[in-house]
Amino acid sequence: MRETLTRLRYRYWPDHLLGEILSKRWTETAIPVILLLIVGFALSRSLEHFLSPASLADTARQAGEIGFIGLGMALVVIVGGIDLSVGSIFALSDFCALYLLDVLNWPVPAVVVVTMIVGGLLGAVNGVLIGYLRLRAFITTLITLIIYRSAYDLLIQRYSNAIASAFPDIPSWDFIGGGTVLGIPSVALVYIVIAIFGHIFLTRLRPGWHITAIGGSRRSAYNSGIPVRRTIALCYVASGVLTSIGALFFAARLGTVGGDIGVGLEVIVLTATVLGGITLGGGKGSVVKSMVGVLIVLLVTNGLTAMNARGGVNRMALASILLVAAMVDIRWQKNRTRIISKVYVAPTYHALPPPPPTEIGKGGPFEQNDRLRDVSLIGLGRIEAPEDVILDRNDVLYAGSRHGDIVRFFPPDYERMEVFAHIGGQPLGMAFDKEDNLYVCIGGMGLYRIKPDGTVEKATDETNRSIYSVNDDSRLRLADDLDITDDGLIFFSEATVRYEMDEWPVDGLEARGNGRIICYDTKTGTTHTALRGLKFPNGVAVASDGQSILFAETFGCSIKRYWFAGPKKGAVEIVMDNLPGYPDNINLASDGNYWLALVGMRSPSLDLAWKMPGFRRRMAKRVPVDEWLFPNINTGCVVKFNEQGKILESFWDLKGLNHPMITSMREHRGYLYLGGIANNRIGRFKLDNADPNFVQYDKRWGKSS
Amino acid sequence: MKRVRISQQEIVFAVFAALFLSFSIFLNGFLSADNMLTLLQNVAVLGILGLAMAIVVIGRGIDLSLIAALAVPGGLVLQMVQNGHSLPASLLAAGLLSIAVGLVNGWLIAYAEVPPLFATLATGLFVAGLGQAALFQLDVVQWSDGMAGFERLGQGSILGIPTSIVMFAIACVVVFILLRKTRWGAYIYAIGDNPFAARVTGIPTRPIIVLQYVLAGLIGCFAGLVMAASVNSMPTRIFNSTLIYDVILVVVLGGIGLSGGRGGVVNVIIGTLLIGTMLNGMTILNIPYAGQNLIKGLVLLIAVITDTFLNPRNEETAQQGDI
Repeated sequence: MRETLTRLRYRYWPDHLLGEILSKRWTETAIPVILLLIVGFALSRSLEHFLSPASLADTARQAGEIGFIGLGMALVVIVGGIDLSVGSIFALSDFCALYLLDVLNWPVPAVVVVTMIVGGLLGAVNGVLIGYLRLRAFITTLITLIIYRSAYDLLIQRYSNAIASAFPDIPSWDFIGGGTVLGIPSVALVYIVIAIFGHIFLTRLRPGWHITAIGGSRRSAYNSGIPVRRTIALCYVASGVLTSIGALFFAARLGTVGGDIGVGLEVIVLTATVLGGITLGGGKGSVVKSMVGVLIVLLVTNGLTAMNARGGVNRMALASILLVAAMVDIRWQKNRTRIISKVYVAPTYHALPPPPPTEIGKGGPFEQNDRLRDVSLIGLGRIEAPEDVILDRNDVLYAGSRHGDIVRFFPPDYERMEVFAHIGGQPLGMAFDKEDNLYVCIGGMGLYRIKPDGTVEKATDETNRSIYSVNDDSRLRLADDLDITDDGLIFFSEATVRYEMDEWPVDGLEARGNGRIICYDTKTGTTHTALRGLKFPNGVAVASDGQSILFAETFGCSIKRYWFAGPKKGAVEIVMDNLPGYPDNINLASDGNYWLALVGMRSPSLDLAWKMPGFRRRMAKRVPVDEWLFPNINTGCVVKFNEQGKILESFWDLKGLNHPMITSMREHRGYLYLGGIANNRIGRFKLDNADPNFVQYDKRWGKSS
Repeated sequence: MKRVRISQQEIVFAVFAALFLSFSIFLNGFLSADNMLTLLQNVAVLGILGLAMAIVVIGRGIDLSLIAALAVPGGLVLQMVQNGHSLPASLLAAGLLSIAVGLVNGWLIAYAEVPPLFATLATGLFVAGLGQAALFQLDVVQWSDGMAGFERLGQGSILGIPTSIVMFAIACVVVFILLRKTRWGAYIYAIGDNPFAARVTGIPTRPIIVLQYVLAGLIGCFAGLVMAASVNSMPTRIFNSTLIYDVILVVVLGGIGLSGGRGGVVNVIIGTLLIGTMLNGMTILNIPYAGQNLIKGLVLLIAVITDTFLNPRNEETAQQGDI
């Protein structure tokens, strides 16, 4: 009963999503967005007219005006500075627009352009001082704040009466101030356009990347040749221009030059910027964050005003939000990787029946023996981690090595060794096609092709992305083993989409179906995912009918058969399950049966742990990685099986002296060649009763001419 | 060849000297003893606040909540006395409020690791809001009879020197002793110079950072009391003014770098004198308030630019996030 509940709970509850979602960058934006939703919901419940069109339009207008300044501030903060003078630039731009319009009676387009130029010039003062003269942003904009403010005060003493007495009646000016398009206020529309451009600018265009790079590390940006000074200066100019755009809309809406216009604006905008999650000090931030921050600040202040709260309450609320947001942001930035590494491992329920016996004297096909004791060794100490071994038609032996090389040994004695090709990554499964090209699965890289002359080409490193997957699974993380059909389709396994090559044993701890079988078509060069949700798929071999493949699921302890063509197309059947060990590569034997390597044997402790996901989760959270309970891969065996799922014989090395660990084996001219991913040798074992002329690829593709 | 290095402190002092000389020569009545005292009296509160800011800035922080720390506890004393509480009880409450604000600031900065700029910006807003919403009935808290005698903190004179100047002097001496003669002061310099190295050498950095902000809060409260005593009321709307920027300018112009670990009380005095001289001279010249601000800003800008030319910032050792 309890077992069933556990099984159902782990079957249907997606534990693994939490870690995957948290490791996404966009979760940082999610926190302010959630806050915004909460604030919006609370206000819509407590305020009667909050959601009325008029109220929303009014909010949108204010949000647009402050939003422009927020965009400028975001830019300046991302580049690693701060702009305290925005409030004063806002006031001066407001004055400039109204002076030109009301006193000098300029046409509206000229007013708009000149006001933006004035804003840009005011920002340029900051930009030159901070960018080129390298003054401190904080102190510099503090001083310009005072200078611009006093200039504004002097100007309005002189002209405020003239401006106040004018009542311009210009339709285009009124449209800027109060017009709507399809119910959306003009200012919000312009803001959205600029925000979309800003997003593309920051995330897709070169100058945007320069800005982020400078904020991330000014010194490194300088050393890599980015025009640091100019970029910084231009950011302040942009801040000035954006502020003046906000001021233009403000001027058109209210048409006043009061003494307190823009006072304290820098605090509001700064609050919005931090609230949105734009990190002070630079290098991190986005347009969306700025937008969300502005909206939260505006909703809170407007909401409190609408609730007739005293000014003090307003301030206290703003301050509390600012503090909480800053604290959450900082704690999250600091502990992000630690939290993710704690929750990323998400074990699931995986029950296996008791394994068949392997002990001597118990009988059965897996009964241990010492037949591999007489293995002779090739390349001892000269090769590392030959996961797979393969022989071509000329009896040359190929193997991968941990250093990213494909090495080969020459007959007859396999003493002479050379590096055939260097690929990088860790070479795993290998197969020859009809033209004697060697296809290799490279862990962490994908599927590669080596021509007979040793040139390396990438066959594929991506497949179609699953729609519901949170992790981007379009890139191949751990291509493992492959085989090629007569029609030139390459079926290869990708062991897991959740872990990298170096942490593949963790996937065994999870025991979730994270792997897939992928098909690469050599004729069209296309890749698609054939099967997904497999428990660490590993060895692949084309079956005798040419319409199906056999594949091993390492942590599923089973061999399955998948039909890719013919009447049973798409069907998956179990060939063998409940193996006593973890199956690895599958290859053809001379008698038409198949060789299978068991990389390690099951142990009662892990079998039990697989039924207890909660135990494994606690272990992953509380115990250091090197003390986790991992699958045993120290000792294993080679077995021969037929397509009906019957084990025919098994080969063991009981003492573990010559060849304790086996991940692959290849039969060739009466010998069995053995590879192991933790070995420093290749084994060669004389088979009795085997066809002494068997060459796998002669049999598959016919004799070469 | 040894390059001549002129520190910002010396530049500001030179500017101050030049201003002082030209005012003395060209302005009638500038150099009179009365005017000198007026000059100092006007900037005494600014100077005391500068001392508070100096402690924090030397420890590589900044305290934007100082104006709130000046206005709200000071106003609280006046308000409580007005409401019939005794003066000592009111002073105690104000002191506790200042300590609480300092503790919150310090905790946020040292333990929650919020950048000082934001922590103090927010607490300042919060405290000002608290005063406005819960503590004060009017924007200007008036003097009441219960405060009798307390005005001597800001008015009158001791040995012919106006009391506010004496208060500034006392504050200078206390802060000087704290910074230069005690272990805590040395710790503050060490933290400002390199917080990580300070931590590694075993200095209790976090408690010391909290201490900085508590001290700043208490000094701010003291400045508030001096100010209230000298004008017989507490205009709490002072929070909305640009006074905090003046305080920062006093500190920075005096030569206490915002990156911490440098400067001391002398720098605050120099910075205060410069601002004081400028304001005083311009008042005598009858320049309007906005014009004064404009000139003040331009002079400051020139001083900072000159400093940058004489002591360029080192791109290689500049710290990330040092704005």
